[in-house]
Amino acid sequence: MLKIDNLQVSYGNIKAIKGISLEVNEGEIVTLIGSNGAGKSTTLRAISGLLKPRGGSITFLGERIDGLEGHDVVKKGITHSPEGRRIFPRMTVEENLDLGAFLRNDKAAIAEDKERVLELFPRLRERISQKSGTMSGGEQQMLAVARALMGQPKLLIMDEPSMGLAPVLVDLIFETILKINKQGTTILLVEQNALAALSVANRGYVLESGVIKMSGNAKDLQSDPEVTKAYLGG
Amino acid sequence: MAISFLKRGEKKQKQSASARKWAISLTLIALAIWAFFTYFFDKTPDAVQSWFQVWLPPSTINESLVWVICALGLNIVVGYAGLLDLGFVAFWAFGGYTAGWFMSGFFHQVNIHFGSMSAKVIPGIHLSFWLVMIIAALIAGFFGIIIGAPTLRLKSDYLALVTLGFGEIIPQVFTNGENIGGFNLSNGTKGISPIDAIGVFGKRLGPFDLGWKFLIYFFLAACMVFVSLRIRGGRLGRAWLAIREDELAASMMGVPLMRTKLTAYAVGAFSGGIGGAVYATHVNGIFAERFNFSISIILLAMVVLGGMGNVWGVIIGALLMAWINATGLPAIGDTFNNTFHTAINFPSYNFLLFGGILVLMMLFKRDGILPEARLKMISHENDDEAANTGGH
Repeated sequence: MLKIDNLQVSYGNIKAIKGISLEVNEGEIVTLIGSNGAGKSTTLRAISGLLKPRGGSITFLGERIDGLEGHDVVKKGITHSPEGRRIFPRMTVEENLDLGAFLRNDKAAIAEDKERVLELFPRLRERISQKSGTMSGGEQQMLAVARALMGQPKLLIMDEPSMGLAPVLVDLIFETILKINKQGTTILLVEQNALAALSVANRGYVLESGVIKMSGNAKDLQSDPEVTKAYLGG
Repeated sequence: MAISFLKRGEKKQKQSASARKWAISLTLIALAIWAFFTYFFDKTPDAVQSWFQVWLPPSTINESLVWVICALGLNIVVGYAGLLDLGFVAFWAFGGYTAGWFMSGFFHQVNIHFGSMSAKVIPGIHLSFWLVMIIAALIAGFFGIIIGAPTLRLKSDYLALVTLGFGEIIPQVFTNGENIGGFNLSNGTKGISPIDAIGVFGKRLGPFDLGWKFLIYFFLAACMVFVSLRIRGGRLGRAWLAIREDELAASMMGVPLMRTKLTAYAVGAFSGGIGGAVYATHVNGIFAERFNFSISIILLAMVVLGGMGNVWGVIIGALLMAWINATGLPAIGDTFNNTFHTAINFPSYNFLLFGGILVLMMLFKRDGILPEARLKMISHENDDEAANTGGH
């Protein structure tokens, strides 16, 4: 579904991504783990068209998408639940959700999807007309995911969905990720919380200083001594 | 699902009902003011008449409406889309010169008449006032896009600086446009005057037909209100708000950033063009030295003072500041000087006053006179950081 080949991204002269290749197949949850500054978010931003890659290619459903503008990538079916949530704080929960469906015109299907995400996150239904900036961090994260889902993505990109959340909420978020995936959305997940990410993912890639250090089945990575030592605090 | 549909339908109905209510009340206000000055003014006691001549002359009312038209346009750029524009005077100038070119004897080489009330023997281009309004709006909108396309890639402060530059460049081009390769574009500092009279229902509006002009200006301002409210409720309005809130997140939702920002700029320029052309008919001429930086600043102050993003607030801000500038300050000054036998030149302190008002507003009422509900939160964000970030 998504195929990244020898991707290179630089900030000025600093090479952040030094030629990585990865693949996400339809129906999978793939996770990209690594420490701070490994280049996880940079990779995601390159996919979403927010950064222009210096080299390599990104192919989605057989089409090159590197170099497209951000809104055109959304049109192709990739939505992004960004790091730090980035919800529209002065808008209500409902307005945020409506903006998630900005590119869609099928009113009936939008209403249906809204119902579906509210089912997924009942807390959001309770707060539907509240200004989203006044909600708790966990609720804001739910909104960020729900908003990304409103774009009817074929591939949902999630950047650090568990960042700064209480442990109970972290569990809830990861349960929801599984649920979303079961409903048919492919997910590319970036996490610092490697343990939790590997427990829900099918496959994983370990990123270190802009290169892929290791990749494979999530179960195998979980028990790999090197990964355990470096990222799982073992 | 069915319930949410119902709610949406109700909301739409409510919106259109309130729009109708506003349209009716605006029309009534306009007719009341018009009827008062046209029919009853002469019958009122002399004291009342002279009070109005000093404190609220009809020409000030008309001029205020010009400011309302432009301030509403700037409100779309600054208030809705959050793009700081310090060069709005450029569009005002484009509108003014369009009126100068197409409603006067300036191009005496040709003799084109279309829908104008001026005598057919007078050379120059004489088009109908309404047609000129449309042309002025289109020309200003076109240049809005030309100027906006390269500059809107910049962010916040940088955008403000570049628009400031264009706001200086365009009037300078007109001021020095007397001889562009042998072609007289703008008549330089001499300006273009007089402008053709506006024709309505076969009647030529002379310089003293302020009542009719009032109705026309009011109509144009009401159109701007209508357009502002309609766009804001629609898809484009939502995209503007999203960009104002968080540009990157808006792009992630699929909002095309450049196109959406350019539209805001073009719609703002469009109304600036109309305002400029209307102003030309109000003062009956175009004078290059009037198009200076202070117009951009006053317009911005009107938007900020009234309440960025709130149409009604911006109208109040525009009316208030236009009145202070044109009538309030001189009248207060005269009264003060006569009472205390002083000779202070009050109008020369207008910028001190505006600056002072803005500082006081920033201290005590940051959101403007009629704040937009959403912006209230921005301006008080730092008062209570935890409430908005959800407590990290």
